Amino acid sequence: MEVIRESVGGPESLRARQLKARDMLRGDLDGQELERYVEERVMTTTLERAFDWARGNSMFPMTFGLACCAIEMMSVVGARLDIARFGFEAFRASPRQADLLILSGRVSIKMAPVVRRIYDQMLEPKYTIAMGACCSSMGVFNNYAIVPADKFMPVDIHVPGCPPRPEALMHGIIKLRSMVHDDPSLGWRSRYGAHGTEEVVPPAEPDATGENVFGSGGTESSGA
Amino acid sequence: MSTAQPQAASTSAYRRMEESITLSEEKVVEGSRELLTLNIGPHHPATHGVLRLLVTLDGEVVRDVKPIIGYVHTGIEKTAEQKSYWKVIPVVERMDYLSYFFNAMAYCGAVETLLEVEVPRRAQYLRVIHLELNRIMSHLVWLGTSALDLGAISVWWYCFREREMLLDLFEMSTGQRMHTRYIQVGGVAEDVPSGWIERVRAFTKVMPERAEVYGDLLNKNEILLQRLRGVCAVSQEELLALGVTGPLLRATGNPWDLRKAMPYSSYDDFDFKIPVGTQGDNYDRYAVRLAEIHESCKIIDQALDGLPEGPWITEDRKVALPPRHELATSMEALIHHFKLVTEGFRVPPGEVYYPIESPRGELACFVRSDGSSKPARVHMRDPSFVNLQATMPMVEGSLLADMVAALAMLDPVLGGVDR
Repeated sequence: MEVIRESVGGPESLRARQLKARDMLRGDLDGQELERYVEERVMTTTLERAFDWARGNSMFPMTFGLACCAIEMMSVVGARLDIARFGFEAFRASPRQADLLILSGRVSIKMAPVVRRIYDQMLEPKYTIAMGACCSSMGVFNNYAIVPADKFMPVDIHVPGCPPRPEALMHGIIKLRSMVHDDPSLGWRSRYGAHGTEEVVPPAEPDATGENVFGSGGTESSGA
Repeated sequence: MSTAQPQAASTSAYRRMEESITLSEEKVVEGSRELLTLNIGPHHPATHGVLRLLVTLDGEVVRDVKPIIGYVHTGIEKTAEQKSYWKVIPVVERMDYLSYFFNAMAYCGAVETLLEVEVPRRAQYLRVIHLELNRIMSHLVWLGTSALDLGAISVWWYCFREREMLLDLFEMSTGQRMHTRYIQVGGVAEDVPSGWIERVRAFTKVMPERAEVYGDLLNKNEILLQRLRGVCAVSQEELLALGVTGPLLRATGNPWDLRKAMPYSSYDDFDFKIPVGTQGDNYDRYAVRLAEIHESCKIIDQALDGLPEGPWITEDRKVALPPRHELATSMEALIHHFKLVTEGFRVPPGEVYYPIESPRGELACFVRSDGSSKPARVHMRDPSFVNLQATMPMVEGSLLADMVAALAMLDPVLGGVDR
């Protein structure tokens, strides 16, 4: 695209140029030239994509620390990595105001219902990052006390490490950001056939008689 | 909740027990108003982890507190029984996640005592340097988050700036920022790389100045002073009766510090002071920890000055891995290596209790050996767990807002409490 640099001059000349531009669209330009003019100057998008763009650039994480990883999660906010560059710095203590749950550390069996409740209290659209080995795969412990997060809630991004470096968490956050920007159906949503960010109960299989013995089943989004 | 609904059959006995928790003794003061029970946690930014507190309030005055723990129970002590001795180190390190060198030190010290292995002096000094750097790191995280609770946000940024410097040092010498597994049975895993000592010196030069800056920021902050001075004081006798150690006890004027009282890892070589308070209130708890940062810097400087040459891990091939070059030339080294990596070393039967001074107080490791290559029992006496008992005497009769300050000054690490 050709870049034309010229000084704007006074307000009169600006007004004159505005009028000229309007003239172009009115009839001075037509055919190929008009097409090119519009192509270069007008951007179209869907409302949904515009929302996603805004969403991915201003996400409010939840102030929620579990164990070791919580300390590294805090240092992401610190001066060296400065998560504020990507609009993730506004940590919220209330799940009602948060968009992102970073599971930072080990989830014990006693804690799992609490975590699930916090996740349920968050408003749509909501995202989860499982930070560290413990809440992804039970990590070095792998014993009776720990539950991996996938067992009781949907997780968008897993960040490996024990604990992950802040840079690794940053990478996960940027992955999530591009996921939100590009295609909201990436990740577990497509895997589980979910729409939006709700979990979907698959519709019950009709039995041999062709009648659905389990009632309607599923949610309205599953039929889409 | 309506009681008409029948109890779901799926509700576990444990869940029912937990829901039925009532406060042990609801003291009703004559003429007081109606009491209110407030649940704080398990996820609450002011509890420094997943601590749950059931608080009984009389207006804004705290009448009773019941801490409920176990939300990060990880089964570390049980897992330790299923691993050979040296594979336990990474597991116990993840217990109190702000003082990982201390966890490893307590455990390795206990195993070394059972094995009667002598640790080379260079290893002892390297351990001291890393322990004291870790103490500063722990105090920095404590100071940053506590000041955040009390409304002084800027201190948090400064503290985490210095913490990154420290973690760079750890990364350089051990390869990891946290949970370094540097302290090894018989010594340390690796000698420090070239250039590390100069960087530590640069750090200990700058750190006391930075600690002064924190002091200037906080000691002239009127709001902070009003929330700390004369608040939540507990007497020395009461703390001793509860078994509380560390900065909480030293804040009352008792100079009990295991580095002086029962020196380990050549701590008696160094000249340092034990900061103590006078009142035992929240301000003294804060001031003692801030002064400890200065003392730790002094210890590190002395250890760097006197760092002896020599091996950094014991020459006992039954305990420590042979160096790589020996594997290519010596059959015996190869056999030792194979035995250590597959079965691990065996420890003579016996039991030992090995206490050290962690940033939060007396951290001790109890190890019982049955003669096999796996410990029969590993128990950690974690200072956070014992110190948490002081919550009630600290906050009884104070305002709810002071409870947040007291909890911040208590500095519990829930990973250590629940293990």
